[in-house]
Amino acid sequence: MYNRHSPFASQDSELDRFRFRIVIAAAVVVLAFSVLIGRFVYLQVFQHEYYTTRAEDNRISLVPIPPNRGVIVDRNGTVLARNYTAFTLEITPSTVDDLDDTIERLGKVVEIEHKDKRRFKKLLDESKSFESLPIRTRLSDEEVARFAANRYLFPGVEVKARLFRQYPLGPIASHVIGYINRINKTDLAAIEEKGQESNYRGTDHIGKTGLEQKYEFQLHGETGYEEVETDAGGRAVRSLKRIPPVSGNNLTLTLDVRLQQMTEKAFGDRRGALVAIEPSTGGILALVSTPTFDPNLFIDGIRSEDWDLLNNSPDKPMVNRALNGAYPPGSTFKPFMALAALELGKRTPSQAIADPGFFTFGGHTFRDDKKGGHGMVDMYKSIVQSCDTYYYMLANDLGIDNIARFMGPLGLGSKTGVDIEGESEGVLPSPEWKKRRFRKPEQQKWFAGETISIGIGQGYNAYTPIQLAQAVAALANNGVLYRPHLVKYVTDSKTGEKTMIEPEPLRRLPWKQQNIDTIKKAMVGVNKEGTGARAFAGASYESAGKTGTAQVFSLKGSDYRAGKLKQELRDHALFIAFAPADQPKIALAVLVENGGFGAQSAAPIARMVMDYYLLGKTPDGPAKEDESATEEE
Amino acid sequence: MFDHLLHRLRERLVEHLDTPLLLITLMIMATGLATIYSATYDANNRAFAQALNMAVGFVAMWAVAQLPPQKLMRFAVPLYVIGVVLLVLVFIAGVKVNGARRWLSLGFTRIQPSEILKIAMPLMLAWYFHKYEAVLRFRHYLIAGVLLLVPFGLIAKQPDLGTAILVGAAGFYVIFFAGLPWKVLLGMIVGVGAAAPFVWTILHDYQRKRILTLIDPTTDPLGAGYHIIQSTIAIGSGGPFGKGWLQGTQTHLEFIPERHTDFIFAVFSEERGLIGTSILVVLYLLLIARGLMITANASTLFARVLAGSVTLSFFTYAFVNMGMVSGILPVVGVPLPFMSYGGTALVTLFLGLGVLMSIQSHRMLVKK
Repeated sequence: MYNRHSPFASQDSELDRFRFRIVIAAAVVVLAFSVLIGRFVYLQVFQHEYYTTRAEDNRISLVPIPPNRGVIVDRNGTVLARNYTAFTLEITPSTVDDLDDTIERLGKVVEIEHKDKRRFKKLLDESKSFESLPIRTRLSDEEVARFAANRYLFPGVEVKARLFRQYPLGPIASHVIGYINRINKTDLAAIEEKGQESNYRGTDHIGKTGLEQKYEFQLHGETGYEEVETDAGGRAVRSLKRIPPVSGNNLTLTLDVRLQQMTEKAFGDRRGALVAIEPSTGGILALVSTPTFDPNLFIDGIRSEDWDLLNNSPDKPMVNRALNGAYPPGSTFKPFMALAALELGKRTPSQAIADPGFFTFGGHTFRDDKKGGHGMVDMYKSIVQSCDTYYYMLANDLGIDNIARFMGPLGLGSKTGVDIEGESEGVLPSPEWKKRRFRKPEQQKWFAGETISIGIGQGYNAYTPIQLAQAVAALANNGVLYRPHLVKYVTDSKTGEKTMIEPEPLRRLPWKQQNIDTIKKAMVGVNKEGTGARAFAGASYESAGKTGTAQVFSLKGSDYRAGKLKQELRDHALFIAFAPADQPKIALAVLVENGGFGAQSAAPIARMVMDYYLLGKTPDGPAKEDESATEEE
Repeated sequence: MFDHLLHRLRERLVEHLDTPLLLITLMIMATGLATIYSATYDANNRAFAQALNMAVGFVAMWAVAQLPPQKLMRFAVPLYVIGVVLLVLVFIAGVKVNGARRWLSLGFTRIQPSEILKIAMPLMLAWYFHKYEAVLRFRHYLIAGVLLLVPFGLIAKQPDLGTAILVGAAGFYVIFFAGLPWKVLLGMIVGVGAAAPFVWTILHDYQRKRILTLIDPTTDPLGAGYHIIQSTIAIGSGGPFGKGWLQGTQTHLEFIPERHTDFIFAVFSEERGLIGTSILVVLYLLLIARGLMITANASTLFARVLAGSVTLSFFTYAFVNMGMVSGILPVVGVPLPFMSYGGTALVTLFLGLGVLMSIQSHRMLVKK
């Protein structure tokens, strides 16, 4: 009404203009509401399905239910690894505004140590978003109650019941059982490779070493799922559907944990390894590597102090010496050399040599440990008294290729395939090996002189204790060689069905029984009247053995006097044995690092193990070193 | 005799009430109550409280309806002045809540002066144009513009974009119905378009963010886009027929924010589907149509422009709210009229209804 007209202008025309504006306004209103209706039709008719899906995705979440991990028991049913439920206090970082403040306040309700915070920070860095992470594990009932009373103060924090792994025997057999630890990126890649990603949703631990690692996919089980309706805060409102998890399979070992424990004790504080095998099956009765460690330390993520202690110890407790340590076999190599000679027709049992106490080859003198020599030496005497000269000559007569060809099928110098990881191959010396091993042409050539010391188990020879145990078990078993294994059978948690792991013989070595008997007889002689006689004095069963000493430090021809040498320069002591000699139930290889002579420290441990296994005799302490024992009797 | 008295009383009570307006509003409010019940029954039921608010609002409406427009005119200047003074006080000494300075503390309670302007603004401008009806010149529109922009600016500055839009729109409608030349209107539209980039620079960050996330809500799904995404999902998943009363999963699992207040339309839409939303839109259309009829029949300039402004304010509320909840307008704090929970807003709306009824029932008196 921008009034250009006189005050007396027509009221009606004013009103018409006004009403025109009303019509315009009405048109705008109708137009605007039409746009709205159009929008609603688009959303509710054309996009209905899409938004229905979105709403369902909002509403329903799949919550994985991790399965119970399988239990590990020894051959007698003693539990070595199990689970227990404990309460953890967990924070879902994505739902918490001020993480530091929340943790600070939580610390006033339940005790939160510095290491808890540190672990949480570490998990936070590694975690996927929307995951709840433990700030405290193993809450006491009182702490759970105290938190519950203050719960409303802590959105995004909750108490969860979680399963924890526990190794009830602590450090016993830790190298065998291994341990589990939080899944890291490398593990994730392995899981993806196996196509197990969905099965590991909700699982945050995985086997890292030992049986826990090797049998991970047996032990883990199948993850269950729960379809839950969740509200906008992520809280579960109700359960819609539940697919229960399937527990992991249980492992029953061939291992006898009492024997294992006794053996570990027999080592005292000495470093070393022992592998005891049931010759007729290849089942491992004891697999010892000392020192050991407590696998329970690793489960929640090991504290750095503990890790430093384990990792920086000069005794290297984390190394599984039975599998990973490769040592020259020393004189324990001799029975196999003798057998090779018989099989290849290079010696007869009665053929004797005159031992002057040394052997000269190519201008170099190889000395026997016994000054003046052993006199006339036949095969029996060469083993019982561990005569070096006999084997210098034999090695020269056999030649390196024959030695390598005979020892290879015994499993020496290659992985046994035992069912835990971390095996070394060791070294079975041969000209081919030397070519592979060295880069420079002048180093690649095999010198005939190098063959001589191979004959007494020195030189390039290096075998793991488990290889020696496998070889001696094959000898005890008259040439039938089994792959050593730790798991006897796997029990399916669903059906209770047992899957035996006991393998078929790896190979039957084509040895003449007569030759085998010759060697066995000589090894029985070792324990009766030879280098093992003192250790096995008064045994009520007949055993067969062979001592060995592996040089750590070359004395360049001067006298070896253990007492004068520093401990870490002392020789490694070895002993291989089986018993009873006629019907072997146990075959073993013992290694004591820097233990001096085999007879001195390794044979007494073997005696204890056999006494315990065959007679049930429990020793009252670690095996004593036989200070007066020497390599030759 | 007694019957006769009772009859007279009843007549006296309903004398100034407008039946069509009342019926439409009652239908919308009944829908609103049912929806508020659905949105809140499992936690903190607000349906009863809202019914009380409605009763209070109804009394206020009845009271205003009794006053002839000439009497309403007397409130125009004092209400406007008080409102603006209080806004200035808010600007100086207001209580800050969630980063916005909107309230004045009176010790025992807090008041939100911008709410007064929703009524005072159209009343003031209607009075102003009425006063200069016979001598209207272009400068009068300019002065009206200034009267509008001062409180608008103060409210926008708080910041409270929703209320500022409602107050600004109410004032603008008065100026429009008072005959703002089309050329000027066109010029303003062009001017606003040209000023948009400049306005962008003075907007608060959160307001800019709202506008940006409106264009693409998925850019900030957990922050500013969350409200729009969730309400759109609620509406879309409601489909043609809805999930049924009390059955909305988005509602009951608390995915919809502010579900009994600003976002109640999402709840309604999810549970009642396209059929329900269409009926609701039609109800609002009827309400506005009745308001425009009253406007057309009003006898004085004051009554006409005031009725027109109040009616179109209802439209503004409804359109902005449904537009924002369905994701075609930015999220500003505007309630859905007669549906959203909230006493103050409801009473303000009822006062508007009262004004319309007063104008409708007193139109003949002036002519006589």
